[in-house]
Amino acid sequence: MAGLVVLMFVVAICLLAPVYAHSVAHVNPFSSNLQGTTMINGKRVQVLQSNTQGLGFGVTPIGPTWNLQHYFLGADNQGRDVFARLLYGGRNSLLIGSASALLCCLVAAILGIAAGYFGGPIDWVLSRIFDIVWAFPIYLLAISLSVVLLTTGLNVGPLHVGPGSLLLPIFIIAAVFVPYVARPLRGIVLSLRQREFIQAAVGSGASDLRILWKEILPNVAPSIIVFFPLMVAFDMLTESALSFLSIGVQPPAASWGTIINDGLGLLYTRPWVALAPGIMIVITAVSLNILGDGARDAFDPKAKLRGSI
Amino acid sequence: MNRISAWRRLRVTVASLSVVLGAVAIAVPSSASSSSGPSFTYQPSHAGGTLKLLASTAGGTLDPQVNYTLQYWQLYQATYDGLLAFRKVGGAASFDVVPDLATAMPTITNGGKTYTFTLRKGVKFSNGQTVTVKDVQASLQRLFKVSNPNAGTWYNQIVGATACLAKPATCTLAGGVVVNPATNKVVINLTSPDPEFVDQLAVPFGSILPASAPAKDAGTTPIPGTGAYAFSSYNPNRQLTLVRNKYFKVWSAAAQPQGYPNEIDMIFGNTVESEVTQVENGQANWVFDPLPSDRLSELSTKYASQLHVNPLTAVWYLPMNTNLAPFNNYMAREALNYAIDKNAAVRLFGGSKLAQPVCTILPPGFPGHVNYCDYNKGMGSTYNGPDLAKAKALVKKSGTAGMSVAIVVTNDSVNEAVGQYVQSVLNSIGYKATLKPLSANIQFNYIQNTKNKVQISLSQWYQDYPAASDFLKVLLSCQGFHPGSDNSINIAGYCNKAIDAKMAKAETLSISDPNGANKIWGQIDQQIMGTAAPWVPLFTPKQIDFVSSKTGNYQFSRQFYMYVDQLWVK
Repeated sequence: MAGLVVLMFVVAICLLAPVYAHSVAHVNPFSSNLQGTTMINGKRVQVLQSNTQGLGFGVTPIGPTWNLQHYFLGADNQGRDVFARLLYGGRNSLLIGSASALLCCLVAAILGIAAGYFGGPIDWVLSRIFDIVWAFPIYLLAISLSVVLLTTGLNVGPLHVGPGSLLLPIFIIAAVFVPYVARPLRGIVLSLRQREFIQAAVGSGASDLRILWKEILPNVAPSIIVFFPLMVAFDMLTESALSFLSIGVQPPAASWGTIINDGLGLLYTRPWVALAPGIMIVITAVSLNILGDGARDAFDPKAKLRGSI
Repeated sequence: MNRISAWRRLRVTVASLSVVLGAVAIAVPSSASSSSGPSFTYQPSHAGGTLKLLASTAGGTLDPQVNYTLQYWQLYQATYDGLLAFRKVGGAASFDVVPDLATAMPTITNGGKTYTFTLRKGVKFSNGQTVTVKDVQASLQRLFKVSNPNAGTWYNQIVGATACLAKPATCTLAGGVVVNPATNKVVINLTSPDPEFVDQLAVPFGSILPASAPAKDAGTTPIPGTGAYAFSSYNPNRQLTLVRNKYFKVWSAAAQPQGYPNEIDMIFGNTVESEVTQVENGQANWVFDPLPSDRLSELSTKYASQLHVNPLTAVWYLPMNTNLAPFNNYMAREALNYAIDKNAAVRLFGGSKLAQPVCTILPPGFPGHVNYCDYNKGMGSTYNGPDLAKAKALVKKSGTAGMSVAIVVTNDSVNEAVGQYVQSVLNSIGYKATLKPLSANIQFNYIQNTKNKVQISLSQWYQDYPAASDFLKVLLSCQGFHPGSDNSINIAGYCNKAIDAKMAKAETLSISDPNGANKIWGQIDQQIMGTAAPWVPLFTPKQIDFVSSKTGNYQFSRQFYMYVDQLWVK
């Protein structure tokens, strides 16, 4: 329950990002603001402040003001409001994490159930595909796909996804995690296939589709539900890693990974730029993990499936 | 030459002009500069140790006749020699050309078209082989065989160069380079007088290499040289190592002085932040990369005595591809010139004490530079800020609004920050901009090749030698544009035959009237920016070198910047 509450809070404040940016802070978090100013303690100051000490070199963005109306967490090196970007970044991170987890679980359920139920050549082919994908280190595969697709975009038949689209990381992350979900589901279905109630359904002349829909799916669904929040956490972390490497969400759009990347160059002077999204990732991932554990206990208390990040 | 990918170029000196002026008037041995004059005094007590230099990425090929990066040109000063060299001292004298592997400055005859050198005897390559006139001949031929970036703009005036440019593999420079092993004479014949030829022989492209050097880019394999140091190993992902050349003996301290460290290591792969910290802690001696702006405040207060700041004649600019949408439309190029806030770019570089905004192609203080600013808020000869309203109107009028634009930058912090700013500006005036950061190892060649369809990029140009042609002719003439090649230094792809003719006129005039020629160069600058605007000039930077407290004897050449081999390791 605690996990769900924290998660809902994070989701809620991220959804309020446009309200914060436009009505509270009055900033555009996607546009450089190198010559901009803001108010601190009644004084108008530059968002990027020139050094006046020593030889006078260097320009440093303002740090946290802890005032929601004026650069609450300070500015990044483009003079953009870090807190506003943090909220917008959370939207993208959560969107990519949940959408890719949903897509991954959907595809994995179809393939895993098909492999386990039909067996034979279908199982052999699908299992070898899982093996091949599984053979690659997951981040290496995700990075390779991202680097290629970020240059050309995804063009498959009538499907055209531009290089900067959020759909790209969603597809890539979903694809690389499919075997991690499909494999255990295949095992569950293989086991179910031998159970008496399935044999009875086959013996009574029920069609494959009916057996899959009425008998197999209801028994596999709890496992998928348990997997889902864990996969959201996994996928969100993967997205952050890719964005940190500049091959996920593309600027000026933000995700927690891109903000950490932005903050890397400011670690010595403005550590909050990198720390804040890092803290948000930890909070969200832990709450999703707790939620996943709760879902497992609720839906499948005897489950052997255990997963955590 | 750009700096990050770090390319740079160097051009004519007053000294070299006088060489040719004298030569045209009468056939005399050039006495513009000689090895007499200022030079470093070697202090053996400071010799020894390993100098540790840090760069986030390697600088590409190690071949001195191909590589065009400041990163390696600084190292080539201690590893390779040409017939001539720029004097290795600090200050203005570093623009002087002095004899290096030649015994004296060339004798120039035939109305400035024939240069006769005598090769020094007894100089050896780092592999023990003696340097001969055959090596000189082969090295000049090799410039064409390896497709030297400036083969078509600098060395094309050598007799026989036309055939070499057409068929590089069979290049002989017949009639262009004539050598006599018996007398050790090298005669170079030009098709027309070139006041900058001595400078072009003095940069690393003019390095004399063994005749056995491969007739292709040597890549990561070191080619033996004659300098005080030799490259011993090169792994672009890890380290470049220089050790003393055991066959080296000082023949001219002005051209190739003895160095101090026993070994020089350039280590790759660290972030710039980490590099700065290592130098602060005395774990390394010097950072090659531009210092991150967030560390500058700290450095300029706590480590002021270890910072060395020197003015440069250089420019950071945005070359726009004049042959590719949307920037094949003049109004689109005008719009971006109006939209970019050059002062904002200066802030990303570290503030107004480290850079000044520029509107011209030729940097302030450079021969031919004229103060003017066409694309400006209000009128005037100085920069007053952007005019976004005008920019938006121009984009709308051009019919290019809504087009996708990709900006290609190097992936270091300063370049990427400027790239993000440009992206933001492009989005604000009606384009859909994306940023494409690439490793410095490949970005400069990538943006030159038309096959990569680069619309706009961020690049830098650091003078090869102080002559207007080094910016205007090299970067914006038809001769510098080679579609499909990685060595097409005219990145904007701007080609205007009328402008080229005017450049030729200025070059010819520079032999007899340098001031008159510079006026024409100034007009060309204004004409290119005023009628075509193929670039957005951003700012002219200063060079900041940050050395550790354990490093001594910092010496700065206005030609090639910090002398790496003259540093003391304490």
